[in-house]
Amino acid sequence: MSTQNPYTLVIEPKTRLLDLNLKEVWRYRDLLLLFVRRDFVSVYKQTIFGPLWFFIQPVLTTIMFMVVFGGIAKMSTDGLPQAIFYLAGIVSWNYFAEALKTTSETFVANASIFGKVYFPRVITPLSIVVSKLLTFVVQFVLFLLVFFYYFLFTDANLAPNSTLLLLPLLIIITAGLALGLGLLITALTTKYRDFRFLIGFAIQLGMYATPIIYPLSEIDNPKLRMVILANPMSSIIETFRFAFTGVGEFSWLSLGYSFIAMLVLLAAGTLTFNKVEKTFMDTV
Amino acid sequence: MNIEPIIKIEDLAKQYRLGSIGTGTFSHDVNRWWQKVRGKEDPYLKVGEINDRTQTGGSDYVWALKDINFEVQPGEILGIIGKNGAGKSTLLKLLSRVTAPTTGKITCHGRIASLLEVGTGFHPELTGRENIYLNGAILGMTKKEIASKFDEIVDFAGCQKYIETPVKRYSSGMYVRLAFAVAAHLEPDILVVDEVLAVGDAEFQEKAIGKMQDVSSQGGRTVLFVSHNMASIKALCKKVIVLKNGSVYYEGSTEEGIRVYLESSKNNLIEQLMLRKDRIGNGKMKFTNINVATFDKGAIQTGLDIVFTIGFDLKANATNMWFRLIVIGDDEVVRFICNNYHSTAPFRKVNKDSNIVSLTIPKLPLLQGKYYCHLQAVVDNEIADEIEYAGEFDVNEGDFYGSGKVPTIRKGVLIEHTWTI
Repeated sequence: MSTQNPYTLVIEPKTRLLDLNLKEVWRYRDLLLLFVRRDFVSVYKQTIFGPLWFFIQPVLTTIMFMVVFGGIAKMSTDGLPQAIFYLAGIVSWNYFAEALKTTSETFVANASIFGKVYFPRVITPLSIVVSKLLTFVVQFVLFLLVFFYYFLFTDANLAPNSTLLLLPLLIIITAGLALGLGLLITALTTKYRDFRFLIGFAIQLGMYATPIIYPLSEIDNPKLRMVILANPMSSIIETFRFAFTGVGEFSWLSLGYSFIAMLVLLAAGTLTFNKVEKTFMDTV
Repeated sequence: MNIEPIIKIEDLAKQYRLGSIGTGTFSHDVNRWWQKVRGKEDPYLKVGEINDRTQTGGSDYVWALKDINFEVQPGEILGIIGKNGAGKSTLLKLLSRVTAPTTGKITCHGRIASLLEVGTGFHPELTGRENIYLNGAILGMTKKEIASKFDEIVDFAGCQKYIETPVKRYSSGMYVRLAFAVAAHLEPDILVVDEVLAVGDAEFQEKAIGKMQDVSSQGGRTVLFVSHNMASIKALCKKVIVLKNGSVYYEGSTEEGIRVYLESSKNNLIEQLMLRKDRIGNGKMKFTNINVATFDKGAIQTGLDIVFTIGFDLKANATNMWFRLIVIGDDEVVRFICNNYHSTAPFRKVNKDSNIVSLTIPKLPLLQGKYYCHLQAVVDNEIADEIEYAGEFDVNEGDFYGSGKVPTIRKGVLIEHTWTI
């Protein structure tokens, strides 16, 4: 029996700094898919409108923005139809915000499962990011519908361009940012719950630090501009809008910054998560 | 041939920090970090080490498990028994990788699946079918494996009709059956089971135990089984480990292990009654103490002969005296009443020097559990002393009928009986 059993397992106290075990994550890929399915399907069980609810939320938010920021406050939309301008921001921000909020609660929300059975813990946040991606896709279709309506039936000045090819990259950066930050926060909140109170609030405020209800071009104050550009989500939203409409600010520099911010956050998040996952049950 | 153990545990220990986490622990953490930055040792690890084996009061750290060493051979069913707090659950948690040990090492050669709870991850809104897949995957099966076992699982659970219904509509029994069915059809090399058998009806429990036996005997798989139920330990395991206060107290044959466990957990406390104020009666006689035990002073078990020894203090010689002892359960329901006025006759001549009365109950008919007794003495037709909850005692599982079987409906008391046809 000296042959190495593929399932030989050594349980020891200390983890190496980076102990990702991607092979094991791959072995549990079915679980990831089933979690995604569960999250996606269980949301609209026992509702009349079912998956329609994925549409209703961004539609109502857009209408609200059109009334409050466009109608009452008369804020600029860079000459774009308000519906397109707001919806573009809301749909991409929603993905980030939802994925971040849910992944940041991974340990606390799943303590009952994690306390009873082992599987690579990182499956849960990964599944969240994927299932929120599905929600994003549904809402993106809504955006496309609105976009084509304006593009084909009105004389709005819309100039979709080759930046559209960057869309997959934008999605990857958004997912990476949300996952990295979420992993970091959930690992920090197992012991001290203080961050939990902060996160919902921070996401809400973060929306105002991102060019969603205003275009970046409206910000003249250079210091304020710096602050907003320091937010890695800003260039994502601007690029997204620019790709479809030709209006907005697109620069490789700020997109590159977002990409690097994603890598850093992802690395920091993974390391912290890794450190905590083995013993979090003792402190959660 | 020298077979390599499938599980090898070496010097395993787990330390827990007591108390709640708040600003106090945060200052510990900051201090710890600061010492580390300055290149010094962790100041609190030392505290932990000092309190290591001694467990003096005031320590913030406790060893839930320490110095655990044992091996499990392939195909073995190992029972793990011990009182609450002995470290059984901690051991299972470490084995199933829910949490990591503080020191030591476990080496396993094979896939481990743990069943610390049935129905982990069941989502109430999803149907039975969806939950079988989800739960199976959580327990470590691939979709393909589950699909190939699907019909067997549904058949075992006996819920074909409800398979497309959300599990929140299931009766609790059906829910548990389905959950166990999924777990029972896992095919790990090592199965770790925590008292999940304590659920479900008798028929299902029998099925579950049978399934576990099959898993081991035909499947050649290793099972680690934790239970309080001595009957199922006896039925399943050839070898047991008794844990006590976080260490291995006994390792060996099941029968001897159960004996050791019962011996160590007996609660034949002598209750002092002299100082009790909550008593009524004219005081012509006073109870002083009560003690419950078997004849050989062993642990009290269902079906054994037991003796209550009651001490008392009598003011004057009595010519008409009787005693009453009422045994009630944890649920405050009376199980039986022993009164010598009814069963035989009052004591006609009791010398004032007498100070002990004993009550023998042959073949204790009580089921496993905690019981209390009320005491009363009547002297010359007047209540002389009466104390409620004068004593408490634990009854351990035993073989009342001598048939090797234990009733699964845990209600009432056991009586001798005969069926004829």
